[in-house]
Amino acid sequence: MAPPAQTQRSASPSQPSGKGEVSDLKLQLRQLAGSRAPGTDDSKRDLFKKVISYMTIGIDVSSLFSEMVMCSATSDIVLKKMCYLYVGNYAKGNPDLALLTINFLQRDCRDEDPMIRGLALRSLCSLRVANLVEYLVGPLGLGLKDKNSYVRTVAAIGVLKLYCISASTCIDADFTSMLKTLMLNDPDAQVVANCLSSLQEIWSLEASTSEEASREREALLSKPVIYYFLNRIKEFSEWAQCLVLDLVSKYVPADSNEIFDIMNLLEDRLQHANGAVVLATIKVFLHMTLSMTDVHQQVYERIKAPLLTLVSSGSPEQSYAVLSHLHLLVMRAPILFSSDYKHFYCQYNEPSYVKKLKLDMLTAVANESNTYEIVTELCEYVANVDVPIARESVRAVGKIALQQYDVNAIVDRLLQFLEMEKDYVTAETLVLVKDLLRKYPQWSHDCIAVVGNISSKNVQEPKAKAALIWMLGEYSQDMLDAPYVLESLIDNWDEEHSAEVRLHLLTAVLKCFLRRPPETQRALGAALAAGLSDSHQDVHDRALFYYRLLQYNVSVADRVVNPPKQAVSVFADTQGSEIKDRIFDEFNSLSVVYQKPSYMFTDKEHRGPFEFSEEIGNLSVGEEIADTVTPAQRVEASDNDLLLSTSEKEENRGPSNNGSAYSAPAYDTALQIQSELTVSSSSLPSYAPQPSLPIDDLLGLGLSAAPSPPPLKLNPKAVLDPGTFQRKWGQLTVSSSQDCSISPQGVAALSTPQVLQKHMQGHSIHCIASGGQAPNFKFFFFAQKAEEPTTFFLVQCLYNTSSAQAQIKIKADDPSTSDAFAILFQSALSKFGIS
Amino acid sequence: MISQFFVLSQRGDNIVFRDYRSDVPKGSAEIFFRKVKFWKEDEEEEAPPVFNLDGVNYFHVKVAGLLFVATTRVNMSPSLVLELLHRIARVIKDYLGVLNEDSFRKNFVLVYELLDEVIDFGYAQTTSTELLKSYVFNEPIVVDAARLPPLGPAAMFMQGTKRMPGTAVTKSVVANEPGGRKREEIFVDIIEKISVTFSSSGYILTSEIDGTIQMKSYLTGNPEIRLALNEDLNIGRGGRSVYDYGSSAGAGSVILDDCNFHESVHLDSFDVDRTLSLVPPDGEFPVMNYRMTQEFKPPFRINALIEEAGAFKAEVILKVRAEFPSTITANTIVVQMPLPKHTTRVSFELESGAVGHTTDFKEANKKLEWGLKKIVGGSEHTLRAKLTFSQESHGNIMKEAGPVSMTFTIPMYNASKLQVRYLQIAKKSKTYNPYRWVRYVTQANSYVARL
Repeated sequence: MAPPAQTQRSASPSQPSGKGEVSDLKLQLRQLAGSRAPGTDDSKRDLFKKVISYMTIGIDVSSLFSEMVMCSATSDIVLKKMCYLYVGNYAKGNPDLALLTINFLQRDCRDEDPMIRGLALRSLCSLRVANLVEYLVGPLGLGLKDKNSYVRTVAAIGVLKLYCISASTCIDADFTSMLKTLMLNDPDAQVVANCLSSLQEIWSLEASTSEEASREREALLSKPVIYYFLNRIKEFSEWAQCLVLDLVSKYVPADSNEIFDIMNLLEDRLQHANGAVVLATIKVFLHMTLSMTDVHQQVYERIKAPLLTLVSSGSPEQSYAVLSHLHLLVMRAPILFSSDYKHFYCQYNEPSYVKKLKLDMLTAVANESNTYEIVTELCEYVANVDVPIARESVRAVGKIALQQYDVNAIVDRLLQFLEMEKDYVTAETLVLVKDLLRKYPQWSHDCIAVVGNISSKNVQEPKAKAALIWMLGEYSQDMLDAPYVLESLIDNWDEEHSAEVRLHLLTAVLKCFLRRPPETQRALGAALAAGLSDSHQDVHDRALFYYRLLQYNVSVADRVVNPPKQAVSVFADTQGSEIKDRIFDEFNSLSVVYQKPSYMFTDKEHRGPFEFSEEIGNLSVGEEIADTVTPAQRVEASDNDLLLSTSEKEENRGPSNNGSAYSAPAYDTALQIQSELTVSSSSLPSYAPQPSLPIDDLLGLGLSAAPSPPPLKLNPKAVLDPGTFQRKWGQLTVSSSQDCSISPQGVAALSTPQVLQKHMQGHSIHCIASGGQAPNFKFFFFAQKAEEPTTFFLVQCLYNTSSAQAQIKIKADDPSTSDAFAILFQSALSKFGIS
Repeated sequence: MISQFFVLSQRGDNIVFRDYRSDVPKGSAEIFFRKVKFWKEDEEEEAPPVFNLDGVNYFHVKVAGLLFVATTRVNMSPSLVLELLHRIARVIKDYLGVLNEDSFRKNFVLVYELLDEVIDFGYAQTTSTELLKSYVFNEPIVVDAARLPPLGPAAMFMQGTKRMPGTAVTKSVVANEPGGRKREEIFVDIIEKISVTFSSSGYILTSEIDGTIQMKSYLTGNPEIRLALNEDLNIGRGGRSVYDYGSSAGAGSVILDDCNFHESVHLDSFDVDRTLSLVPPDGEFPVMNYRMTQEFKPPFRINALIEEAGAFKAEVILKVRAEFPSTITANTIVVQMPLPKHTTRVSFELESGAVGHTTDFKEANKKLEWGLKKIVGGSEHTLRAKLTFSQESHGNIMKEAGPVSMTFTIPMYNASKLQVRYLQIAKKSKTYNPYRWVRYVTQANSYVARL
């Protein structure tokens, strides 16, 4: 009850404000205290009720303490109970007055009526006043030996209460051994259960200082004790069963026979209507069979039906708790649930927290056999009026696309989302299409065609805008109006509030410029100028970096923003398997609902008596965090740990970067830049600037681009027959793959494939096959190293005159030299049409 | 273990507040209420039943417009706490007869008394109404049930069926009838919630029945009861027995996917003759919960159509056909359909002679709502609605509307065909003949037709 905090709350008109009423009550109580007139008890009841109701709504009625105690001399049990409630609530704050109650409580502890004895003992233990513990020991000891089970039940918990007030008093009086005897012998199951609760809590707390306690705690998990509990399991109330089952789940059976015995004994618990009992049983089953793969799998099959029944029979809240556990199991073994996917379909009237779990599960169980149905169902949710769920559903479709082999149909669905013209659907879809393209670059053609039709004005959400801009930059050669769209976005630079979008804009416009220089030049200039005066530090830095890079060397800039990209095969998982295992260890606890292990949201002292495994592993925030740290901080600290461990895995690239606030593409390039720069420093001078363009005009920079010839020498008279070429092309892997832009002159000069063949021959690069017609040409070239007749370079070059782009794939007998050759090749290509 | 338990009204007032461990700040009720109320204002999302705030875990369930809350700092089983909260609500309801804010406020001392016995120092003790009776002494102050929304699935029996005594399900287990003598009676309710999703072409995509056999006993002396279900009842799909019956008994057999039972139920003869025997404890409790995905005939067919009728107009035609016998009548039917977001005006056209129909266009969330007081089996009803848009719709109008959802209650009807063949009460004497009520009802859970 919350007396002081709520007194400040402005009392609503219906509630009494306090003062006057309380003193009024005081008077009335006094009058009744000594009265023996008939009907006194009824008047007292009314007054007591008033006092309790004030107490509940937060009015401080502690000033009535002595009057209440005076009135408590009664045989009316209802009155007594109200008085106990009052005393229990205020004793802690008024230790002196609490002393007044000791007398009548002690007397009641010896009452004839076991009910009164029990109630008095419970109240006595609930006073929570340290200097009164001496009065507690006697009644508690008697209570534990009381012939009535109700009193013993109360006393068993009373011992724990005493321990919490004064641990030493409790230990000195040797109550724990009394509890232990009771636990193993009492005929009443509730007494046994309460002894177990108390002992678990006391021994866990004692274990850190007392070896004996930790031994005792271990002994709870010994075979005789566990079997004793198991044999009595049906005597316990459903709540006590949960307690026992939790203990059993920590027990390690000696062999598989024992495991089967226990499981057979508990089998019928799976049919219990109480979800908590079922989950506790499942925990036992799962943990005992962990090392027996086949049986473990059978357990999954066995528990499916009961879990599904619990999900659909309870209230939304109960269903959520069970569903969270089902979610965990589905995530662990999606294959085992792949035929149950229909159970995870959302119902329109379910709360969103349930729907979200279900979407997750649908995503997880999707495989070749059911993807079509699942995606069809998800598409229905996308069209739904429930906006958050529509968003989640788009993401779910995207996730399925990213984890499937046959994404053909899914990509079509995603693209259809873009045609629905709902802002939020478009936004979510754009982000996904971007991720999809990073994994399946081969889809670029289809995607770009649709994405190109989206007006950037309809895209407002930063993430979506960033995705769109990334695609505009990355595929600027395929999207006709990319430079102009970017330009209009740059024109509105000042209205763009998201730094993330502005960062993307800078990168995209530079990419676009490198591929389609004449069209993008103005936009690049504007973007760099805006970026340099941007108030956001990162944006400013990136603009400055690009500016200097361009100033230094254009081809380096190209390598920095357009590095050869490998398709992303695995996106960084959000959770490490270690964390997932830990959550599984903590089955049937909050960890499952929060989807994080308990050390992330509880303080050490509250990990509870059930936490038998202390070591948290290398993920632990550990001991070094003192107990003064608030739980919130601790959660944060461990969150950071988690972030570190997972982000390190991210795509296995480079040093971990604190710029995780940016979404993936920008992040990539940022990392790439670092590595590129260190690598290129040695070979820099040899780079030829391929787009020989009027960059000088751009910002009035003087570009010192003096190419020195690369050290690689090629044999001008190399010969290779087409058969050998084909064989080699089949055997070797691509050692270098690059995109480069072609100068306008180059575009103009390429009337027929033969012209380029001739030009390249002049650079000792020979053509073996060519084909195509404007705007797409395809060439196969080869070259031979001058000194080593066995070392060939094979090149596939796709030349697109409309986008002024060439895509080069190089295979080499000696891959270590392929970079040098690539430079040579590009340099030769860039001179086409000029010389 | 639980640190605190409290019950809040819809406005956030404490109705009862009990602190067991004093390791959670006193202001937790206010902190909790603020968090739940403003969970995610912009996205209209509900707070999940469990969340963690500054190291304190808050569990809550909503019952009868009240929030039952528990807090703890330790990593407890969420299922245990949420079950416990629901069970506390049920025990309180058993005592008060009716559970709502008013009855709660009038009886809060009784509730404290109950709580004292249900939880001790954060550990659940007992939630059996039966056991609690001997420890609880306050008499409930009964509130007028008639004008108050009752609790629980059995509440649906309040309306309609005249044979039932009006106070039946709102009677306290301890309060005596005005006459002084308790009426000997027992209620067995078979309550089924059905979920069906129809595809745009009327084909059934998914269907499920979630059923409960609920019992509430007011019998003195707790006699043993035998409850017999369909003899051809099968449990578990794909089991051998399913095929045996499939060949001999045809489509008549009832196949449940799975079920679970209350503690008090003995299943000794269940496998032989499908009878459950139990000594019913006092109060309301589910004897058995079951789930069925076997095909069944859905009680209603929904036909929905939306067509463009010019640049700024469209027409919606909704048809509902009752596919159950004409001896049965469904009541409180509501059909809802989200309309395109640019809809500004809707004019309705009901069939001639329609009685007890209401139509409404909920401007705020662009929803069409069609209410029908009752539908007699075998009949069909149609609603036409003309929509006006504020701007020209481009794109597929079908994609912007729907799906159509429906809620209804059908008394004395159950889709699963699960039946109580007989209800036998162990007789104490020849004259002992308590009232037995076996009632069936079917409700829509998620009944949806896509466009």
